[in-house]
Amino acid sequence: MNATHALRCLRGVATREALRFIGQRGRFFSALVRPLIWLFVFAAGFRSVLGISIIAPYETYIVYDEYIAPGLVGMILLFNGMQSSLSMVYDREMGSMSVLLTTPLPRWYLLLCKLLAGVFVAILQVYVFLLIAWFWHIRPPAMGYLLVLPALCFAGLMLGALGLLLSSLVRQLENFAGVMNFVIFPMFFASSALYPLWKMQESSVLLYWICVFNPFTHAVELIRFALYGKVAWLSLGVVGICALVFLGAAVVGYDPSRGFLPKKNMAANA
Amino acid sequence: MTATALSVDNVTYSYKHIEALKGVSLDVEAGRFVALLGSNGAGKTTLYSIITGLYRTHSGAVTIQGHSLESDTLKALAAIGVVFQKSTLDMDLTVLQNLSYAADLHGMPRKETRCKIDTAIELHNMQQYAKRKVAALSGGQKRRVELARALLHSPSLVLLDEPTVGLDSSSRADFVSHVKLLCRSQNTGVLWATHLMDEVDPTDSVFVLNKGLIVANGTAAELMTQYNQPDVTSLFNEINHAQKAIDQNSRISQERNIDRNREYTPEGSGKIDKGADR
Repeated sequence: MNATHALRCLRGVATREALRFIGQRGRFFSALVRPLIWLFVFAAGFRSVLGISIIAPYETYIVYDEYIAPGLVGMILLFNGMQSSLSMVYDREMGSMSVLLTTPLPRWYLLLCKLLAGVFVAILQVYVFLLIAWFWHIRPPAMGYLLVLPALCFAGLMLGALGLLLSSLVRQLENFAGVMNFVIFPMFFASSALYPLWKMQESSVLLYWICVFNPFTHAVELIRFALYGKVAWLSLGVVGICALVFLGAAVVGYDPSRGFLPKKNMAANA
Repeated sequence: MTATALSVDNVTYSYKHIEALKGVSLDVEAGRFVALLGSNGAGKTTLYSIITGLYRTHSGAVTIQGHSLESDTLKALAAIGVVFQKSTLDMDLTVLQNLSYAADLHGMPRKETRCKIDTAIELHNMQQYAKRKVAALSGGQKRRVELARALLHSPSLVLLDEPTVGLDSSSRADFVSHVKLLCRSQNTGVLWATHLMDEVDPTDSVFVLNKGLIVANGTAAELMTQYNQPDVTSLFNEINHAQKAIDQNSRISQERNIDRNREYTPEGSGKIDKGADR
């Protein structure tokens, strides 16, 4: 693989994603409105009900809004990962996926380009959210805004790779509602995004363990720690391994000879 | 000697229990317009999906500009341009942005890209709508953009899978003659899949695909003489008719063989044996 060619391809895919994103302003606002509603309405309501004791990485008592913010950042990445999965299924139905897959570069690299482009767009949204949250008095240390960037990249890659994997399994756009019900909601709610894990443990030990094994919990914790200038090593490891596993499975899913997609329906187009 | 842009050798492919291609072989020489004729379901799109690497052939080999698709995939893919059956342009982007995206995918430097896009816009008469979003274009204009995109990286082989479907007759004729002209002037091999016979001239090479098999090949003129037909449409009908008769005969003889075997095998004579036992 020629490195210059590879970089130009990445530039092309990222530019396309960015242009599409700019062209679909509604998508940008809806992606922002979701976490902001959680922050302004849900967190405000729970602020008085739910007290958060001092837990790492925080060094003092915090209000619930501050606790939930990294979870909402994770939510943006999660929804973006699923959005890119949806757009992959759409691209496949519309045929533009064929254009990408007939490009003279290895398939794993083409999928990685698509993944990186999606993460790039998601990170832009995260920083806009953090800026708005700053005005809502959620103010992590200034350095945290910089240090969180690699954590966002890792978490975004893992969730984007999961989206890629799902897109190789979902055959039609209509089936995507199932992804919402079976992937996004369980992943988000059974994690440390909304409540600390020790609170979960108090309510249900089983739920606690589900949360511990949920990769999204580790994505949120990685972001939470990075935002406060610390590294959650276990979460980093889990996120890294999951990203590799999901991407590997997605590459297999898009391999023409080993793909997960049954081809019986394609016979009609023969 | 003419260089071979595409060589397909004994390619087979099945969708679970349906055999879509049963040992297809064909060649496309550089600068030659080759029509792949076949009715719906003949296997044209499957063959295209194999040549473009979207599906992997179960047996047989595909060679593009001397590069094996199996072992030298990237070089083989670099030598082809594709116009798919369905429009594959990005509707949210302009014509220029779509072309620029394709150039990036093929690793073309920016300077060269700008120059090539300008030439392509002029060559395909797209000046009036180059800055418009693809969603706002007519079917014929979209097809031109797709062709321009397929030719942007100067491939030695262009594959077009039923590219005129959905176009009115004048846009269709215009598009076909445009491709034939480009094929001759740029010495590009063209494999044109269609079920519309009026797109084929008597001098064009023709492969007739029927139920996953090449049932006839040669120039359209040669085949018309061989089958004693006045034009390509009646030639195609005649070949299909003849093939149907062959299929029917072989089915009847297969059924007869099965019946005959039943009479002589223990399973076939089972009923008599059971009766005898009783």
